[in-house]
Amino acid sequence: MSRRRRWSRAAVQAACVAITLFMGVPLYLITLAALSSRESLNRFPLPLVPTDPSTETMSTFLRSTGVTGGFLNSLTVGLGTVVLALVVGVPAGYAVARYAFRGRDTYQLSLLLIRALPIVVLSVPLARVFLDTGLYDTTYAVMLIHTALALPTTVLITAAIFVGVPREHEEAAMIFGATAPQAFLRVVAPQALPGIAAAAMFAFMLSWNEVLGATVLTLNQRTLPAQVLTTLSDSPLAYRFAGGLALVLPAVVFIAVMRRYLLNMWGTTLR
Amino acid sequence: MPRRARVPAAVLLIAPSLVVMTALFAWPLVVGVGQAFSGPDGATTAYVRRMLDDPYFWPAVRNTALLVVVLVPLQFAFALTMALLLRERPRFHGVHFFVWVLPLAVSDLAAGLVWLSVFADRGYLNSTLDHLGLDGYAWLSYQNTTSMFLTVVVAELWRSTSLVLVIVVAGLQGIPKDYDEAAAVFGASYWQRLRHVVLPQLRPSLQVALILRTILALETFAVAQALTGRNLPLLVGETYEWYNVLQNPNVASAIALVVLAVSMLAAVGYLRLLRDRTVTR
Amino acid sequence: MSAVVVRNLVKTYSGGDRAATDDVSLEVADGEFLVLVGPSGCGKTTLLRMVAGLETPDSGTVSIGGRDVTDLPARQRGLSMVFQSYAIFPHMRVRQNIGFGLTMRKVPRDEVDRRVKRAAELLHLEEYLDRYPAQLSGGQRQRVAVARAIVVDAAVLLMDEPLSNLDALLRLQFRAELKRIVSQLGTTTLYVTHDQAEAMSLGDRVAVMREGKVTQLGTPLEVYDRPANQFVGGFLGSPPMNFLTARVHDGTLAVGDVALPAPDHLSTWDGRDVVVGVRAENIQVATDPAEGWVPAKVEVVEPTGAALLLTVRLAGEQLKVQAPATFPAQPDAGVHLRATPSALRFYDPSTGIALTADLTP
Repeated sequence: MSRRRRWSRAAVQAACVAITLFMGVPLYLITLAALSSRESLNRFPLPLVPTDPSTETMSTFLRSTGVTGGFLNSLTVGLGTVVLALVVGVPAGYAVARYAFRGRDTYQLSLLLIRALPIVVLSVPLARVFLDTGLYDTTYAVMLIHTALALPTTVLITAAIFVGVPREHEEAAMIFGATAPQAFLRVVAPQALPGIAAAAMFAFMLSWNEVLGATVLTLNQRTLPAQVLTTLSDSPLAYRFAGGLALVLPAVVFIAVMRRYLLNMWGTTLR
Repeated sequence: MPRRARVPAAVLLIAPSLVVMTALFAWPLVVGVGQAFSGPDGATTAYVRRMLDDPYFWPAVRNTALLVVVLVPLQFAFALTMALLLRERPRFHGVHFFVWVLPLAVSDLAAGLVWLSVFADRGYLNSTLDHLGLDGYAWLSYQNTTSMFLTVVVAELWRSTSLVLVIVVAGLQGIPKDYDEAAAVFGASYWQRLRHVVLPQLRPSLQVALILRTILALETFAVAQALTGRNLPLLVGETYEWYNVLQNPNVASAIALVVLAVSMLAAVGYLRLLRDRTVTR
Repeated sequence: MSAVVVRNLVKTYSGGDRAATDDVSLEVADGEFLVLVGPSGCGKTTLLRMVAGLETPDSGTVSIGGRDVTDLPARQRGLSMVFQSYAIFPHMRVRQNIGFGLTMRKVPRDEVDRRVKRAAELLHLEEYLDRYPAQLSGGQRQRVAVARAIVVDAAVLLMDEPLSNLDALLRLQFRAELKRIVSQLGTTTLYVTHDQAEAMSLGDRVAVMREGKVTQLGTPLEVYDRPANQFVGGFLGSPPMNFLTARVHDGTLAVGDVALPAPDHLSTWDGRDVVVGVRAENIQVATDPAEGWVPAKVEVVEPTGAALLLTVRLAGEQLKVQAPATFPAQPDAGVHLRATPSALRFYDPSTGIALTADLTP
């Protein structure tokens, strides 16, 4: 390799490392902070390496009022969102992929527009609507708003996935004796499953991370982010750091699992 | 013999989604407009005027606008750089990509808390400065508006650039190598190829990313809440304040509609600006 | 009895400016191998898919074995099909792919195994039965598609350009094998291709389609030797048929400066132009002039190995001429041409339709 090439390769690698440090170090720091004893957090300056590891901060956080409840609510809302988003979104995605129905372009356009709609615009009026219908302050309320938020992406992703399963496979199945539902179940669904799983995880993460809607729509049945947000100003630093780690961990797991699908999803939804 | 028109199965399949969208998008939108513009005695602009008179409103508008104007171009330059670096396929590019994409799944609240550990008065940044023998600084103090603003920018840059990165990388992968190679054969340098071959073909991806990110940037909320509380007023933060603390859903709705209006304007603006002029209508 | 009868099928796609199939009627006799051939957009695939039940016609009927199947879904028509892209299911092993049609019809397991084994042997797939499609080459996947189609023993076999995704050599090899297998089975077959050589080599009869209509239907020899119109003559054969304009005058055909004797049935065309069609292999070429031979100039010489393909210019028009491989031809050289009178075909210049002895203008 020529000298110049070697220099430019080194420069590229250096730049990558710098960016990786920028992205990774804060995550290291929050882990460090959340896994230090309370006493060490009161010291200044803070140690940059784990000198006093302890689960004290985390366990205090987990035992604080509303935290376990928050976890459970987040889990419930997340799973509920996934189920609803898939039940409503997968058939719609199939329709968009397979049928060139009149108004399909308008439908897809409105999905994109909705995805760009600020959630803040919906939260406050929805609170009013839910108050009137008695759904206020329930996990169902949050599930519904999260489903609405996740729906455009779910439909567009599943549509892209179904487009990836050639129509000829269904036709072949039907020539050889399958009814339309049988063709879907035996031939299309197995091929679409990984992608649908990806869409499901995406919906779950969206729900898990969502803060504003969950806060506005609940009082006692708070999800974890809502719980942390509403107690922010009153809570000590240690609590906040522990909360940060608790919220970040699922994200790391999510990305580790979803890495491969990320590019596929974005690549295909843009077409 | 002519055939009967087939019953549209498609309509049945999309019907549930239409119901959800109407019930949970269209209807609240209408209610929201109603909340902002009508009170117990009918249509009124009282809430709008209250909003405009509020001492926190115009600073919120200014901060939000400033945030978008500073953050979005920065993010795009950053994301583009990252994507182009990855394109060179350096060693460990898989690891790099993994770490760069991690913040994608982090909620904005968590991101705020993560950077809180860095910027707090007794946080890691000041600790590092102390180790180096330098004085600390009250990054998050309400007296230092510039640094408050910058901490939010940094936290958001950290968290939300990965979204743009994924879109750009996917867009780059969709560009056939042939164009770049042809340009190289005809003598174009790296920067020329970037400007004349790569970027134009990224335009659709960039357009989508721009619209999404701008609208999301207008909604910056939890990051600022975690870092600065109410000391840095932002539009959505004000909505939250009016709703939760001041118990006034009407003014909250009014502010939300301002966010909506600006978002729509931005989206239309981008669509026009980045229109594909090579396609005949 | 499993003849396929198609009557007056019309189908227009929304957004299309003309009908994809325009009142097409066709009969495939029991056990016959009929090939639909034509350029892309001619309607051959649409026609096949309407027979299959994958598209519904706007009007017209389809019958299989005397039974009207126009309103029946695909799976009730007793068909089998090989798709252009093979449509092999990637999540099933080869064994399950081949046996799919049998499994769907609830055939008992041991019989499925037996028949799958037999089909696999026929197509040399025995070693691959437990593999997944991703582990197979394109040619092998194609065989799986054919095996799946023949194992069900359907009354009618449909094939939509099954060889077009293979490379040239494989295509040639498999073409012969396909013909052998199908004739062994004796199934009524409807085959679609855009490749005219394939059409002629495989079909008992060939239907040449253009713009939604069947322009000629006949045995390969008939359509090759006696094209019913200029389109068919120019579509079949490699190189395509040569077409020249000649004026009929006093019982002669004026080709350039040379006058050739005109056949009797052209007497009504005296004083007018006709189009003369003649195939490259029916033109003899010589270096020296002779009585009744037409002079021409060589423009391009292309050796094909077995022969020499000459592009010559005659009376302002270009012709392809097939010469023996050893013929001493050079670009810009002058040569002399003669065509066997019985090999000449004549066409109406305005409609392109063949002028035969029974037709009057």
